[in-house]
Amino acid sequence: MTDKREAVKKLFTAKSSRVETNKGDVYYQRLYAQCKKRIEALKTLEPFGNKLELQDLLSEEGVDRRDFMKWVSATTAMLMLPSFFEPLVAEAAEVMNRVPVIWIELQDCAGNSEAFIRSDGPKVDEIILEIISLEFQETLMAAAGHQAEAQLHDAVETFKGKYLLFVEGSIPTAMNGFYGTIGPSGETFEEHLTRLSKDAAAIVAVGSCATFGGVPAAAPNPTGAKGVMDIVKGKPIINIPACPANPANMVGVILHYVLTGQIPELDSLLRPKFAFGYRIHDNCERRAHFDAGEFVEEWGDEGAKNNFCLYKMGCKGPMTFNNCSIVRYNEGVNWPIGVGRGCIGCSEPDFWDKYAYERPMADANIKAPTGGVEKTVDEFGLGVLTATAVGIGIHAAASALAGKKSDEGEK
Amino acid sequence: MSKHIVVDPITRIEGHLRIEAVIDDNNTIVDAYSSSTMFRGIETILKGRDPRDCGLLAMRICGVCTGTHYQRSIEAVEHAFGVTIPKNVRLVRNLIQGALYLHDHVVHFYHLHALDWVDITSALEADPKKTAVEARKWANVAGEYPWTDSESEFAQVQERVAKFVKQGRLGIFGNGYWGNKHYKLTPEQNLIGVTHYLQALDLQRDAAKMMAIFGGKNPHPQSIVVGGVTCVQDIQNPARIALFKDLLMKFRKFIKQAYLPDVYMAGTMYADEALDGTGGGLKNYMAYGGFRLDDNPMYKGAMLFPSGIVLDGDLSKVIDFDPEKIAEDVTHAWYKGDKPLHPFDGVTDPEYTGFGKKENGIAYLDTKHKYSWIKSPIYDDNRVEVGPLARMVVGVARGDKRIGEYVTRFLKNGNLPTKVLFSTVGRTAARAIETEMMADIMVEWTDELARNAAAGDLSTWTEFDFDKVSENAKGYGLEEAPRGALGHWVRIENGKVVNYQAVVPSTWNAAPRDYKERKGAYEASLIGIKVADPEQPLEILRTVHSFDPCIACAVHIVDTKGKELGVYKVDTSCSI
Ligand code: SF4
Ligand code: SF4
Repeated sequence: MTDKREAVKKLFTAKSSRVETNKGDVYYQRLYAQCKKRIEALKTLEPFGNKLELQDLLSEEGVDRRDFMKWVSATTAMLMLPSFFEPLVAEAAEVMNRVPVIWIELQDCAGNSEAFIRSDGPKVDEIILEIISLEFQETLMAAAGHQAEAQLHDAVETFKGKYLLFVEGSIPTAMNGFYGTIGPSGETFEEHLTRLSKDAAAIVAVGSCATFGGVPAAAPNPTGAKGVMDIVKGKPIINIPACPANPANMVGVILHYVLTGQIPELDSLLRPKFAFGYRIHDNCERRAHFDAGEFVEEWGDEGAKNNFCLYKMGCKGPMTFNNCSIVRYNEGVNWPIGVGRGCIGCSEPDFWDKYAYERPMADANIKAPTGGVEKTVDEFGLGVLTATAVGIGIHAAASALAGKKSDEGEK
Repeated sequence: MSKHIVVDPITRIEGHLRIEAVIDDNNTIVDAYSSSTMFRGIETILKGRDPRDCGLLAMRICGVCTGTHYQRSIEAVEHAFGVTIPKNVRLVRNLIQGALYLHDHVVHFYHLHALDWVDITSALEADPKKTAVEARKWANVAGEYPWTDSESEFAQVQERVAKFVKQGRLGIFGNGYWGNKHYKLTPEQNLIGVTHYLQALDLQRDAAKMMAIFGGKNPHPQSIVVGGVTCVQDIQNPARIALFKDLLMKFRKFIKQAYLPDVYMAGTMYADEALDGTGGGLKNYMAYGGFRLDDNPMYKGAMLFPSGIVLDGDLSKVIDFDPEKIAEDVTHAWYKGDKPLHPFDGVTDPEYTGFGKKENGIAYLDTKHKYSWIKSPIYDDNRVEVGPLARMVVGVARGDKRIGEYVTRFLKNGNLPTKVLFSTVGRTAARAIETEMMADIMVEWTDELARNAAAGDLSTWTEFDFDKVSENAKGYGLEEAPRGALGHWVRIENGKVVNYQAVVPSTWNAAPRDYKERKGAYEASLIGIKVADPEQPLEILRTVHSFDPCIACAVHIVDTKGKELGVYKVDTSCSI
């Protein structure tokens, strides 16, 4: 936990390629006052959900105050807030059960539901799982069929305009949407989503399918699958991509909402900047090897045994914005670059067609969104690369790849 | 007057499933229909890609049995390329897949299935002291110490649940079937169930962590590549293997001290049903076989789970499995076609005909015609069930020593006759039996991996000449996934996938009727079940959940365009 926090802190102060993280004293003081007011207001409200006292739970569960505070400080850092926000974050966690969550599954693989129950950090994450008002979650809920429908209906009526709608999975639009139906009346996923969005305070699209269409939308997109933001209009939408989304970011969004009453600051793809403001490559543990021109050239080679850079094995860290290089997965035990595979860009739109292959961009030879086969960075179009990524292409080329790349480029 | 019940969505599963049942005047189910209501088309998406990239995408067929499809896809390509993997790779893959079994089966039992047996609200009436005695009793049956036998711990859980219930809004526990008279556990037993439910929720993260140690993350690991694995760092570092083993030992303890005793407890309390064969269904069982035990080339070595087919619950005979004999029928599935075809000869054309009648806002399946996105697979013109029960049945019938021992011990400890296996309870018990077996053998695999690495073998990849081997190749990856027989078939030309197929557990189990109007495994298992309250589909959920449905797995396999599907045949020389 401390390591994580230090890492986050370092980031917080480091120059980022994309986000200006430090907003200055005036900004934070104002935000602090605003959050404080919001939490006071929440405290006076009758709780919607099961009113379990967090303090009781902490002692019952054997989670002591210190563990809790550690979690709080890591979360504060993750949300890119200065450390004087910590007491507020702690208070927010305690009133968190005031935010009802309805979670629906559309064209999905349940990967995000599974990720959600892996919520890491101290045991308190689990407590949060229990004490947010999780009103509807198909993978976990007791009721089925009509009773499930009734439960959903009741939650929507009770929490009109107040619930966060978590959506997992894409929405098929071909064949009038009949590639997915749900409930006794057999409504299509699109109708289902539109109906439930109407009364939501905000919609949180979790996982790459719900955000950008993901797997079903990979070329040639047989079912006309789309992400939530292409279907729902006129509602605040937060995208938490990745395949599946990191549970830390799901909890982060909920917490931010409790804390400020607002959705977090988003980038142009509607991703929260606190999580997607960092480029994998900038915070990668193998970065020194990249800079030194030391690459894994073949699976399991000497370079692999020595943690060399995975760029040539297809790592797309240079093109990918996400915080898994900091937060990692499964209680920080590992992550795709840690395990020697490299990043497949799963938090970026169309990554199945653009990034998810085990060769560098230059040797792509992939099935592109257009259905054709693209060979080189140039053909692929520099538009998809950030300026820095182009720089990387050049850097790697200079280090060893040059011959092959320029050959292919000229074909 | 018979009554027609619609249960949609079936919750606590992966994917989108609808069950319709017809019950007679005695509240007994006389007819049942299983329908999948979601389609994605993943095989179409895989076509035209580089075969080395298919694994990651194919894995996204399912986020629950995450990793299974990944490994099968990679192995299908290895089979096509004729690549034999190093020892470390076999062991690491077995360990990732094994950790998935432990995770999947425990989460299934406690979080997806338990609420069909355990009444949370009844736990409030339990006497914590008696609960501790009860917990010791069932652990004793299993020959173990109980995971929890402290009165105060049970009392704390009870108090916590009491507070929760008092607040009115029950969240995900809301609107359950609490109080239904087909819940048969005593308050004390229910309290044990609830306590372990919460503990398992905590512990399952450890099993996920095990997968992440060698897989990079979970769900959806990332370390498997054609020819090997990428986690050489984690293999060469003894601390990583030690961490894996620590987590394994702890989880294994929970399996032996909580999971198995709870299954004995539920099995005994619901023994009437088991003896009646409630939920038995087809009684035809099939396993593709899985988990390599040696380093021979694929399909030429020993397997933890042997392959085979057992018909009519007759344990005295096993039929050898031959992939050539699989056919798929679309009489009742939303595709065009008029006769059963080998999956690799079939032209698949969607023909969505929608629901039948609509009454009072409820849409009913058009069961006379087409009613599901899942096709009906047939083996040698038999409908079969796959999964843990099938594996145990085939193992016993084959005379497999290890499986025989675990099954016999379970039945003996529980004082149960063999026939209890052929039921809903039996399916749930078989899953527990194999979980224990898997946890035990994983200890051996972990030690073997540590020894091998310590001896200096760090090879994690077998080299191959991609351009050459991918010119024209075909292969398959067959395995026993947690939910049953799972296979991927791939054909490759000029470095590209030209055809991709998968035949998976839930296709076998969740399928609709076939051209002879024979029921699929879910459908057959529901017939004859008595429903206590037609308004509450508790018994339907209990039996359907005993299969651990995973519907997204089942449906991806069809192809919306399907124009090129007519060309691939399974290579029979390699049948296992
Ligand atoms: S984004 Fe990935 S994890 Fe999520 S539903 Fe899609 S395939 Fe599953
Ligand atoms: S290319 Fe990938 S492995 Fe290399 S430094 Fe960048 S993010 Fe890390």
